[in-house]
Amino acid sequence: MIKQIIFAVSLLITIGIFSYTVNRLISFFRFTRPAFPVKDFGKRLMVTLEVAMGQTKIFRKPVIGLAHALVFWGFCLILFGSVEMVIDGLTGTERVLKILGPFYDFLMASGDIFALIVAVSIIIFLARRLFFHIKRFEGIEMKKRSHRDANISLSLILLLMLSLMAMNIGYVGYTISEGGTVEGIFPVAGIIFPLVSSMSAHSLKILYEASWWTHILLIFFFANYLPYSKHFHVFMSVPNVFLSRLEPLGKLPNMDNVTREVKLMMDPTTAFAAAPVGAPVERFGVKDAEDASWKNYFDSLSCTECGRCTSVCPANITGKKLSPRKIMMDLRARMKEKGPLMVKNGRDFSDNRSLLRDLISEEELWACTTCNACAKECPININHPTFIIDMRRYLVMEEASAPGELKAVFSNIENNGAPWQYSAEDRLNWTKDLEIAIK
Amino acid sequence: METRKIEVPVMADLFARGEKPEYLFWVGCAGAFDDRYKKVVRAFAKILTHLNVSYAVLGKEETCTGDPARRAGNEMLYQMQALQVIEIFKMYEVKKIITICPHCFNIFKNEYPDLGGSYEVINYLQFINKNIENGKLKIDSESLKNISVTYHDPCYLGRANDIYDEPRAILKKLTGCVVEMERSRSFALCCGAGGAQMFKEAEKGDKEIFIERTEEALKTEAKVIATACPFCMTMLTDGLKYKNREEEIKNFDIAELIVQSLEI
Repeated sequence: MIKQIIFAVSLLITIGIFSYTVNRLISFFRFTRPAFPVKDFGKRLMVTLEVAMGQTKIFRKPVIGLAHALVFWGFCLILFGSVEMVIDGLTGTERVLKILGPFYDFLMASGDIFALIVAVSIIIFLARRLFFHIKRFEGIEMKKRSHRDANISLSLILLLMLSLMAMNIGYVGYTISEGGTVEGIFPVAGIIFPLVSSMSAHSLKILYEASWWTHILLIFFFANYLPYSKHFHVFMSVPNVFLSRLEPLGKLPNMDNVTREVKLMMDPTTAFAAAPVGAPVERFGVKDAEDASWKNYFDSLSCTECGRCTSVCPANITGKKLSPRKIMMDLRARMKEKGPLMVKNGRDFSDNRSLLRDLISEEELWACTTCNACAKECPININHPTFIIDMRRYLVMEEASAPGELKAVFSNIENNGAPWQYSAEDRLNWTKDLEIAIK
Repeated sequence: METRKIEVPVMADLFARGEKPEYLFWVGCAGAFDDRYKKVVRAFAKILTHLNVSYAVLGKEETCTGDPARRAGNEMLYQMQALQVIEIFKMYEVKKIITICPHCFNIFKNEYPDLGGSYEVINYLQFINKNIENGKLKIDSESLKNISVTYHDPCYLGRANDIYDEPRAILKKLTGCVVEMERSRSFALCCGAGGAQMFKEAEKGDKEIFIERTEEALKTEAKVIATACPFCMTMLTDGLKYKNREEEIKNFDIAELIVQSLEI
């Protein structure tokens, strides 16, 4: 009974802290702008099955992608065991899901095998970070904190897997020693157990209990550590994929507020009318965190800073300042900074800083070729280019700020209907003396 | 060789005669004004003539789609251009548009519908490939058979619109030797000119993107770099000049290669 009370209290604390965090994030989301309506659930389900469950985009780097996919699939399977632990912990039952019969055997066996596979993959990940120089883990945006975050999260996962393996060995061990029936199948524990069979049933039982508690308390801690680290990814990535923008990468979202203005301008009856009094003036484009859409912010919270986007960015590859990963990290950091201030003082509050310029420079924004390599590469369908264009939109339409050559392009388009300074009269020059061979 | 003059049909003239073409061939600003790219448009006009396609161009009534303005952040100017173009299309009852420029293709196909302009938008490579598949365009000449060609995917056909197979299928008809660059298809590296970069100096860095891409193309040892976009063509042709390889290695558009092969 005491065990149940301790468990319930730990669970309550975990849920309490987690709800606080989620609430805080929701209050930040309230400041963001609308993006697209979330519909087409069938399509979204397919994208989720393919990109999240099937890990198709992570396999664009096949070798290390496999290691990630194994970790992901392992997590999914091990999750069932964790749910069982919560039920057992609360109600005092033992392995309550055994009623699932053969499916339970499958869950336990796969969980047991995957604990080892995930542990090995995590050791590979840690080794890559600690002993090898992987270019995409570096960059101006990769501060000490990012590296520390990664190493802490990876170590926590490793501990989770080791405690799970110890738990399984302890369980198989003491049950066999006591002559009981093992519920579920544990292939890895079954292989390792003979190596520690000299241990008494009592010590094995202690091993089991100790690792059971270690494992579940680590999960509770992990759940509350994640939202404050870049590994919030673990929670956010699957929903982020489900909420993907479903349109072709080449399509930019239309600015309906501009359409309204342009139509007013082009209609002779309204062109010279005064703007309606008291209509809220919405900023064109993105200057600060609250101008971002909820999807942009969702993207930024889901980003785990893997750097695949930056590693394929033509601007970044050739030494320009732009790094798509930095754009996402900056949005997240800025919301973390300004969000609480806006909660306190309202959405219009200004701290005399902004995402644009204080965090993201114009130089970065103008270096983008909108080639969509970043968005194509992102394993969880983050879309960086539309957000970059939104910031350009602010610069151009609110501040008339753009590189000189582009201003010339604007005036050429306005005056001659072409980005170059040629007359429309010359548009048919290419047709002169055009001949085809008669065969 | 005997030749005959091609009179490129202009929409306003056809309408004045009470005729209505099946396709609008959207030439684009580069096609109208860039001297190198004019040759590509001429090549495609030859293909259209060769196939007896019912088409017309807008000629002096054509204007910028607004793409460079939009990608440079000037949504206001883009929408003014777009609404203007949509009006012209309405006037000529345009239903099907063929484009060669991938940027024009993308904006018509994906972005004009938001402003009320929905059309069947066809990229010239899709059009050519379809005509090869249905047997109307016969490429049986072997003149390019032994020339190695590498294809540079334009971002706005590839990643933006998932058109990867048509250009390759066409090239395989032309030559037995299509070689891929290290980064190709959805992995392809941008030429550096997208997103209105074409019209400005690049930001400070340690290399130009077009040089990085040209070097990659040169590594394939192909004799021809095939492109399918006016901006990619400018960048890669510049890259070849920069590398002093423009004498031995040529940059052609796929339409030009077809015309060479057909000898029309």
